[in-house]
Amino acid sequence: MKHIAIGILGAATLGVMASSASASTLDDVKAKGFIQCGVSTGLAGFSAPDDKGDWQGIDADFCRAVAAAVFGDASKVKFTPLSAKERFTALQSGEIDILSRNTTWTINRDTALGLNFIGVTYYDGQGFMINAKKLPGVNSALQLSGAAVCVQSGTTTELNLADYFKSNKMEYNPVVFEKLEEVNAAYDAGRCDVYTTDQSGLYGIRLTLAAPADHVVLPEIISKEPLGPAVRQGDDQWYHIVKWTYFALLQAEELGITKANVEEMKASDSPEIKRVLGQEADTKIGTDLGVSNDWVVNIVKAVGNYGELFERNVGSGSPLKIARGINALWTKGGLQYAPPIR
Amino acid sequence: MASQEILREEPSRGSFVNDPKVRSLFFQAVVVVLLVAGVWWIAQNVIANLTRLHIASGFGFLKGRAGFDISESAIAYSSDSTYGRAIVVGLINTIIVAVVGIITATIIGFIIGIGRLSQNWLIRKICTVYVEVFRNIPPLLVIFFWYSGVLAVLPPPRDSINLPFSSFLNQRGFYFPRAVWGDGSWLIFVALLVGIAMAWFVARKAHQRQMATGQQFPVFWTSAALIVGLPLLAYALSGFPLSFDYPKQSTFNLTGGFQVSPEFLSLYLALSCYTAAFIAEIVRAGIRGVSKGQTEAAAALGLRSGSILRLVVVPQAMRIVIPPLTSQYLNLTKNSSLAIAIGYPDLTATAGTVLNQTGQAVEGVLIMMAVYLILSLVTSAVMNVVNARMALVER
Repeated sequence: MKHIAIGILGAATLGVMASSASASTLDDVKAKGFIQCGVSTGLAGFSAPDDKGDWQGIDADFCRAVAAAVFGDASKVKFTPLSAKERFTALQSGEIDILSRNTTWTINRDTALGLNFIGVTYYDGQGFMINAKKLPGVNSALQLSGAAVCVQSGTTTELNLADYFKSNKMEYNPVVFEKLEEVNAAYDAGRCDVYTTDQSGLYGIRLTLAAPADHVVLPEIISKEPLGPAVRQGDDQWYHIVKWTYFALLQAEELGITKANVEEMKASDSPEIKRVLGQEADTKIGTDLGVSNDWVVNIVKAVGNYGELFERNVGSGSPLKIARGINALWTKGGLQYAPPIR
Repeated sequence: MASQEILREEPSRGSFVNDPKVRSLFFQAVVVVLLVAGVWWIAQNVIANLTRLHIASGFGFLKGRAGFDISESAIAYSSDSTYGRAIVVGLINTIIVAVVGIITATIIGFIIGIGRLSQNWLIRKICTVYVEVFRNIPPLLVIFFWYSGVLAVLPPPRDSINLPFSSFLNQRGFYFPRAVWGDGSWLIFVALLVGIAMAWFVARKAHQRQMATGQQFPVFWTSAALIVGLPLLAYALSGFPLSFDYPKQSTFNLTGGFQVSPEFLSLYLALSCYTAAFIAEIVRAGIRGVSKGQTEAAAALGLRSGSILRLVVVPQAMRIVIPPLTSQYLNLTKNSSLAIAIGYPDLTATAGTVLNQTGQAVEGVLIMMAVYLILSLVTSAVMNVVNARMALVER
C-alpha cells in the first residue's frame, strides 16, 4: 500500500505543476491587481531603489506608465530585480509581465528566446571606463591590449567585447561576474583595469565608485545597444498595450503635453491633442487597445511625457546629466519617433 | 504490464490475491508505470509549452559559435569555439578545483584530525578551534572571506609582493615561473617514471625481506634518492634542456610565467579549509573507533608511538573513515558550484552563460544536472573500490 500512496502523491504533485496554463496577460494582470515588472538589480538612472526603497529610473517609470494605462494608477506595479542571466527565464516562465531592464534588442532574442521587444526606450552603445589615475597614458580603447576587463556575464556586452578585441587583434583577460554589484565591487577594488558596459551605465556606475573623479569613460563606442522593454510572444493584445504606452509617451512630448498641463490640454482646440487624450466624441482608440479611453491622460499624469521621463532620470534633472543626443525626438534630430495615434 | 500478469495467473485466483509475492510485484509494476507515464507527460508538456511560446528547443545549439571569452581554460578555447566546448571548459575547471581541493582537504583534515587527539594541549586546542570555526561557517562566506578579505586587499600589479623563485603575489593572482621543456626533456620524465617504478620494487623487496628475516632496509632514503636522483642525472645527461618563462611587468598586468587567478585561489582555499574541518572530525572518529587494546598491544610489542599510529591504528581507522569521507568529497565537488559568486568559470558559470545567450534554459539545466550526477557517481565508484580494498577480509 505504501507504494501506491507514494505513486499517487507523485502523480498529484506533477498534475499541479503542469496545470499553469496561461489566459491572456491583460486578464491575468487585472485579476491580480498589479503588473509584475522585471528590472535590474540596481543601475542608476534606469532602475535602482532610492533611499526609501522605491524603484526609480527610466525602466521603472516605464512600468509605472503601463500600470497607469491599464489601471489608471501608476502605483500598481511590483518590481522583481533580476540579474542579466535570470531576466529571460523570468519572462518566459511568466514570473514577470514586462521585462523593463536595460535590455538590448537583438534578432536572437526576438526569435529563439520567444520575446517581443516593443521598441527602443533608450538608444545606447557600449563603452569602456578606466581609472585614469592608475593608467595615465591611456586615452583610447585601442591601447587596452593585455588589460583585465570586468564584464557582466550573459550580456550582449560580453559578446561585443570578445568581437572588438578579436577584430582589433588585441589580447585581454575577461573577469566575469553574474551580478552588477559584483562587477562594480571588483572594478572598484582594482581586480580589473577596464569596466565595459553600455555607456549610459558607465556614467551611472561611476557615481557609485569610491572616487568617481578618478575614472574616465573612453570615447569609443563599440556597438549599437538599443535598450527596450520586452514581453512574451503569443499575446498580441498585451504586446500592443505595452508598445503603445511607449508611443504615447513620445507622442505626448511631441504635442507638448506635460504632467503639469495635461488637464488644460484636454480642452485644447487641436483635434490631434483631443484625439490622443481621448476627448473626441465616441472615441474607441483606448477601448480597442483594451484600456480606458483616457489612458494617455493617466500615463502623462503619472510619469510625464518621454522628455520629462528622460530628464528626470538620466538627463539634466539627475546626477547623470546625460544629453538627449540621439534619444531626442525625430523633430529635433533624434531617433525617437512614434507612429500616429489615430 | 501488470494486467497481463493478472490475466495469465487467472486460474489460481483465490490464493493469488493473497499471495504477498504477487501483490508486491503488482504494486511495484503499478509504481513503475505511473513513474514512466509521469516523466513522459512532463516531457510532452515541456515540449508543447516551448513550442507554444516560440522558444527554440533541442540540443543543436551546442554546435553554435559561443562568441564569449572565458578567463581560464585548460584546453584551447576562444570566442570562435562552440557552446559545447565552452561547457567542457567549465567542466574541466570544476574537475580541476574539485581534485586539488579534495587532495588538500584530505591532507589538512588528517593533520587536524590527528592533532585533535594529540597529547599536547596547545596543538589539541588549536585544532579544535580550527574545526569549530570552519565547520560552523557557511562555505559561501568562507569563499568571500578569501576573495574579498584576503586576496582583494593585496597590492595592485605594479606593487606586487616579491616572493622567492621570481614569484609574485598581487590582487590579480599568484604568478610563478613556468617551466619550458626543451629538446630531450622526455628523458627526464622517463627517468622519473623509472625512479618511481624502482622505488616501488625496492619497497616490495624490503617488505618481503623484513617478513622473512626481520631485517629492515632504509626504504625511504633509497626511494627518495631514486625518485629525485634519476631525473637529475637525466637532466644533466640531456644537456640541461629546462628553462623558465618568468613573469614580467607590462602595461597593465604581469605577463608570462604561470598565473593562478584569485578566483581559483579563493575557491580552492575556501573549499579545502571548509571540507577539511569535516574530514578532521571523521578522522578523529575513525581513530577513536579503534579499540584502545590495539594500541596497548602494539605498545607491548615494543613499537614506537609513530609506528603504532602508522601500522596499527590508521589502517583500522581507515575502514571507519572511508565511507563518510566519500560524502565529503561529493560535497566538495558540489560546493564548487558556489564559484559563481566570485566569477570562477566553473561548469555552473559557463553553462549558465550559454543558457542565457541561447535562451535554452531547460536543456542547459538538464546538461548541468547530468554532469554533476555523473561526476558524483564516478567519485562514489572510485571511493567504493578503495573501500573494498580497505575493508576487513574475514576468514
